[in-house]
Amino acid sequence: MRRLADGGLIDRNQPVEFTFDGKTVTGYKGDTIASALLANDIKLIGRSWKYHRPRGIIGDGAEEPNALFQVEEGAYTTPNVRGTQAEIYPGMVVNSTNAWPSVKFDLLSVFGLFARFLPAGFYYKTFMWPQKFWMFYEHMIRKASGLGESPRENDPEHYEKTNAHCDVLVVGAGATGLMAALAAGRAGARVILADEQGAFGGRLLSEAGIVDGQPAASWVEQMVSELQNMPEVRLLKRSTVFGYHDQNYLTIAERINDHQSIAERQGPREKVWRVRAKQVVLATGAHERPILFGHNDRPGVMLASAVSTYINRYGIKPANRAVLYTNNNAAYQAALDLDAAGVAVTIVDCRSDADSALVNSVKQRKIQILFNHVVAEAKGAPVSAAVVKQLVKPGVLAAGEKIINCDLIASSGGWNPAIHLLAQSGGKVRWDDAQHCFVPDLIVQQQRSAGAANGSFTLAACLADGLQAGAAAATAAGHTAVDLTVPATDQTESFVISELWRSPNGPKPWRGAKQFIDPQNDVSVADIFLAAREGFHSVEHVKRYTAMGFGTDQGKVGNIAGMAVLAEALGQPIASVGTTTFRPNYTPVTFGAIAGPEIGGTLFDPVRKTAMHGWHEEHGALFENVGQWHRPWYYPQGDESMDEAVNRECLATRNSVGMMDASTLGKIEIVGPDAAEFLNRIYTNAWTKLGIDCARYGFMLGEDGMVMDDGVTIRLDENRFFMHTTTGGAAPVLNWMERWLQTEWPELEVYMTSVTDHWATTAVVGPNSRKVVSAVVEGIDFDKDAFPFMTSRKGTIEGVPVRVNRISFSGELAYEVNVSAHSGRMVWERLYAAGEPYNITPYGTESMHVLRAEKGFVIVGQDTDGSVTPVDLGMNWIMSKTKDYLGRRSLERVDCTREGRKQLVGLLSSDPQVVLPEGGQIVNQASDQIPLPMHGHVTSSYYSACVGRSIAMALVKDGFQRQGETIYVATADGAMLPAEITKPVFYDPEGERQHG
Amino acid sequence: MFLIPCPYCGERDESEFSCAGEAHIDRPLDPDALTDEQWGDYLFHRKNPKGWHQEQWHHTAGCRRYFNMLRHTVSYEIKAVYKIGEPAPEIEQ
Amino acid sequence: MKKYSLLSLARNALSYHENWQQAWRSPDPKPAYDAVIIGGGGHGLASAYYLAKEHGMRNIAVLEKGWIGGGNTGRNTTIVRSNYLWDESANLYEKSMQLWEGLSQELNYNVMFSQRGVYNLGHNLQDLRDIHRRVNANHLNGIDGEFVTAEEIARRIPFINTSPDSRYPILGASFQPRGGTARHDAVAWGFARGADALGVDIIQNCEVTGIRRDGGKVVGLDTARGYIETPKVGVVVAGNSTTIADMAGFRMPVESHPLQAFVSEPIKPILDTVVMSNAVHGYISQSDKGDLVIGAGIDAYNGYGQRGGFQTIEHTMAAIMELFPIFSRVRMNRQWGGIVDTCPDACPIIGTTPVKGLYFNCGWGTGGFKATPGSGWVFAHTVANDQPHDLNAAFSLERFITGALIDEHGAAGVAH
Repeated sequence: MRRLADGGLIDRNQPVEFTFDGKTVTGYKGDTIASALLANDIKLIGRSWKYHRPRGIIGDGAEEPNALFQVEEGAYTTPNVRGTQAEIYPGMVVNSTNAWPSVKFDLLSVFGLFARFLPAGFYYKTFMWPQKFWMFYEHMIRKASGLGESPRENDPEHYEKTNAHCDVLVVGAGATGLMAALAAGRAGARVILADEQGAFGGRLLSEAGIVDGQPAASWVEQMVSELQNMPEVRLLKRSTVFGYHDQNYLTIAERINDHQSIAERQGPREKVWRVRAKQVVLATGAHERPILFGHNDRPGVMLASAVSTYINRYGIKPANRAVLYTNNNAAYQAALDLDAAGVAVTIVDCRSDADSALVNSVKQRKIQILFNHVVAEAKGAPVSAAVVKQLVKPGVLAAGEKIINCDLIASSGGWNPAIHLLAQSGGKVRWDDAQHCFVPDLIVQQQRSAGAANGSFTLAACLADGLQAGAAAATAAGHTAVDLTVPATDQTESFVISELWRSPNGPKPWRGAKQFIDPQNDVSVADIFLAAREGFHSVEHVKRYTAMGFGTDQGKVGNIAGMAVLAEALGQPIASVGTTTFRPNYTPVTFGAIAGPEIGGTLFDPVRKTAMHGWHEEHGALFENVGQWHRPWYYPQGDESMDEAVNRECLATRNSVGMMDASTLGKIEIVGPDAAEFLNRIYTNAWTKLGIDCARYGFMLGEDGMVMDDGVTIRLDENRFFMHTTTGGAAPVLNWMERWLQTEWPELEVYMTSVTDHWATTAVVGPNSRKVVSAVVEGIDFDKDAFPFMTSRKGTIEGVPVRVNRISFSGELAYEVNVSAHSGRMVWERLYAAGEPYNITPYGTESMHVLRAEKGFVIVGQDTDGSVTPVDLGMNWIMSKTKDYLGRRSLERVDCTREGRKQLVGLLSSDPQVVLPEGGQIVNQASDQIPLPMHGHVTSSYYSACVGRSIAMALVKDGFQRQGETIYVATADGAMLPAEITKPVFYDPEGERQHG
Repeated sequence: MFLIPCPYCGERDESEFSCAGEAHIDRPLDPDALTDEQWGDYLFHRKNPKGWHQEQWHHTAGCRRYFNMLRHTVSYEIKAVYKIGEPAPEIEQ
Repeated sequence: MKKYSLLSLARNALSYHENWQQAWRSPDPKPAYDAVIIGGGGHGLASAYYLAKEHGMRNIAVLEKGWIGGGNTGRNTTIVRSNYLWDESANLYEKSMQLWEGLSQELNYNVMFSQRGVYNLGHNLQDLRDIHRRVNANHLNGIDGEFVTAEEIARRIPFINTSPDSRYPILGASFQPRGGTARHDAVAWGFARGADALGVDIIQNCEVTGIRRDGGKVVGLDTARGYIETPKVGVVVAGNSTTIADMAGFRMPVESHPLQAFVSEPIKPILDTVVMSNAVHGYISQSDKGDLVIGAGIDAYNGYGQRGGFQTIEHTMAAIMELFPIFSRVRMNRQWGGIVDTCPDACPIIGTTPVKGLYFNCGWGTGGFKATPGSGWVFAHTVANDQPHDLNAAFSLERFITGALIDEHGAAGVAH
């Protein structure tokens, strides 16, 4: 065990047992996977992506590129869990990733031996011969890449979303964020403080300093409890602000359950907060970056700040003998921490000297400091020694080397402010020449950066900065800031750094030991030089060519160093190389959390059901999705097939009576003195002269002249119309009409309301329909002349008002009975009961389709697509020649009047028992020649029990002139089915039955 | 997700709205007077400025009113909303 | 151009990769060219390559305002297929498919064209009618494809959710075995290297600021790097097409919209094909690196911001969770946006313009990547001959006057 005797913020009274690669490991509550493994002296925790090199833990938080684990098994398994952030719980199952058969002996590490042959972009240069072998090569490449495993079962946990508004969103609850939240909260602002960690405090948890006269960690506790007592302050821990969108819309992923054992978990696993903030304070801190040296990817190489974290926060003695490699004085704190933990440490500082309070206290501790030195290379895996060389002048090493035996090399190359969210928000950064990092520059949203995120790297500055930012944000949000004092701290050391990105290794840096920039993706200094040599000069090209920063850490450790190396290779300053674009997410976010509650179930989209839905279910209906609606498709009896059921339903309807739930058709009331004129403009035909209680079929076109929707509209009153649309067209048609009314014809006094859901509609269809409907409906004279076809009447059923429309989509005598939706089922049942003497037969959409096809009635969207005009459908009779209407002018364009347009016809297959395939293509000759010219396609096709044979509708080039010709219907399976072109009316061509 | 100040309802999330494209396109009063080319221009050609754009929006899941918006197509800043029939605010590109 | 091969890789390895030559030069622009392509994306670079190779035009340049391949070429989800409904589209995309099939060898650059097949799912009866119609048409046009039942989909694509209890159950699909994906950056780089080797000047960081005309004819370009004289200009600047058209003084039926996409963290191979669904609206494949690559529809407003709304991402993710609920514990790593040209009929415009010597190739909507080689091939023909090839004749600007649209999304609802 490497646990120190005391210290740290772990709860030593609560040991936690979990397994790593099958072995039981013990940590404490408060440990992460990474800290628990380190405490157990487990250093080798994974393998890299390309070379399968052994890898250890580098960092202590979101920046970690290596410590990725497969957590849990079976349905709960989660790939690529970042061990530096994941908290352990009893019984947790942790496995290493990307190694087979084990991390210690990985067969694919053989790739490492060939590393020289696998430089950046090697796959673009090979695997091309023979051409056919690529799929084989690729199969092997795919097997070798990837990290963890996806679950293979459905997720047993669920996810939530919530919306929130606040005055001030503070991102990050370190010293800066806590002060900002306090200042804003005290001003009375509604505050959300979100932090990605399981505990608030940020780097204060890793530091041994004093704040406000007490240890940093207890100051944090005091602050948190004060904030918790403010009713308008909401504290979110384990909550990563992962996206910063326009207009201060930010997204937060809160991980609610992952830190608990599976048995303990309750409620959602994660919740996405969608926050609209008046003001945002970015107190996101900074990420330490390494100095690159040979074999710096080996287990035992860490960031200096992470070393402090493991000592101070987790009470771990991370090594026996350490080398601390730095170009700045802040890292000296890690030397003090190591020293205090009883670790012998040697400081290798590339600078010629350093003088500050912190450096002096290190000197007083008699810690060895090698100024003007660099770590050239690590030895051993895990690390067993550091090869240290003297720096003669920048970039030049003296001959000779010192070997320092050690089991830890900690490095600090300075700090990068976490500018990710700032950049996402549209802000711009500039290069700070003094601190050698990008800092916020241009701000475009209601936002400020503070603390380390703003380039303030001392605790004293962070506290002051946070206070100021919180007060300013609250003020900007309309509150009045109160006077607060900045708490005192002993951490006042100012940040002094000298530029060094990597240890010099000669004029040909690609020849020596690999210096890794992106350890997850195995990108080294040599790769950057190679990219530059091959002409990839844009940083975006280099990133894409080498895969630098494409990993799950998004290059938080290595990207800036990579840019510096590119600058070196190109001989340019870093500022002109620039950054790659920072994209959401700040850290990866669970798919399920983004999808929300609607995973793989019925919540994806609302289901709309009619008032009679329950009856249909009880009577064995199968349903079809039509838009959001579930419509009865057909009602099989016993073990009937669909064809048998449909034949029965159609015959019963034509021979006696059937009934259908027509409630889903769109219904829009159009009211006002100009309603008729409005319809004149919307529909192709004329509406002014339509009598009250009379109905008319209408066609509406897009302004491009193509058929958009159709339906029957009834004039209920002089100034009141009742429009039917297709089921799918209800909402788009209303929006369409509103748009014309509101934006183009505001002079028309017309009001429109969707009433689709208000009315339940039962269609009673067939020669006996009058008997059925008249037996139930009171107050209407059903005499054939008193209530003729295409008219409408008001009546009642058991006192409930109904409107009966005598309209027909089947060519039969038919009535549609409309009633307030909550009486829909009652009316349906009354009609059904009244129909029983006539064997009334409920039918669904499939029979509806057959019945209408027998009559040649089109279904918009099935018999038309976006390229069909009413002329193509032979519907010239419905197009007024005396008025303008939407789409009319387009029909006069060259292409709409040319020869060779596809026109709607009927098809009769030569074999009457053969049902032509819908979607079959029309060809003129039976031929196996490919390509074969196509002249149209089958739009609708059925077996018609009433006609006693198959029937079909089709769009065929010049079809109107080709009546009687034989064509062939071709399909992908090679079939060529002969059929004769006919008129698209197969039943009752004179249309007498509907007038019956 | 924009926060859109509907001139009738106040600020609402973008998910309640639909964008209906370029604003201030007048339907020709006499379509027959137009050549096919002019009609095609009315039908299909749209301004697509990189900068301030006058566009029509519909509060689909709200008041169902159409209104116009002056929005920047790069910064996405919403400068103004105004009712149909009201003059467009001045634009400085 | 020094050839890439396993042998050259080995040889260079022994010399520490010090002797690789630049994939393309970075020349200064010459004062005059025989033709200039504006736009150094995949389509522009392919156009230049085929102009040089097929039409012998070697004194030409590609002007790119940023870095090559940095627009939609480097931002798309890399799906390649040719199973379009209408003859005009099918022939164009199939030409492209045939070029894809030998592209790595043609360019001596492995573009990782991976024919792992593309499924277009259907979720309702009309979807199935449309799929049958398209598969039948593809067959008669000589394009591979088949209709696949839900049972067969379940057998072939492990873990896809074919449950009849899902909100919009999968009822069937079209499958094009020759479809698949390619490595998007490599396509740009491969064409750039190939064009460069044929003498084409590829000039990055060179924004065009004006088009000089004389008597309705192009004479040259004002650029960030000076005036360049040229009688022929091919414009291939998806997302910014109308900006260039405005410079030349004519209107286009093209609008720029944000299109977003995202990837997961890398995971071990689990999805070996490309799955697209228009009805629930999302598409997904897995890259060779292991990322799940996911895309969907455009944001509804005009935008040049290369970003869109989070709600669009949420909808896409919900759709993907419908298709593959097992991925719900996988994490989204990175999300981004591009700017796509949208056309009223979801089909490109490739042809001449009202200005003599000025040619446009634009309007590819969300589906341009798959057309890259074919688009370059027909556009090179158009620029070289001052008239379109038969394959792109229908994709003219005139169609918006005559009404002869090629309505892919109106027809089959699969515009991607």
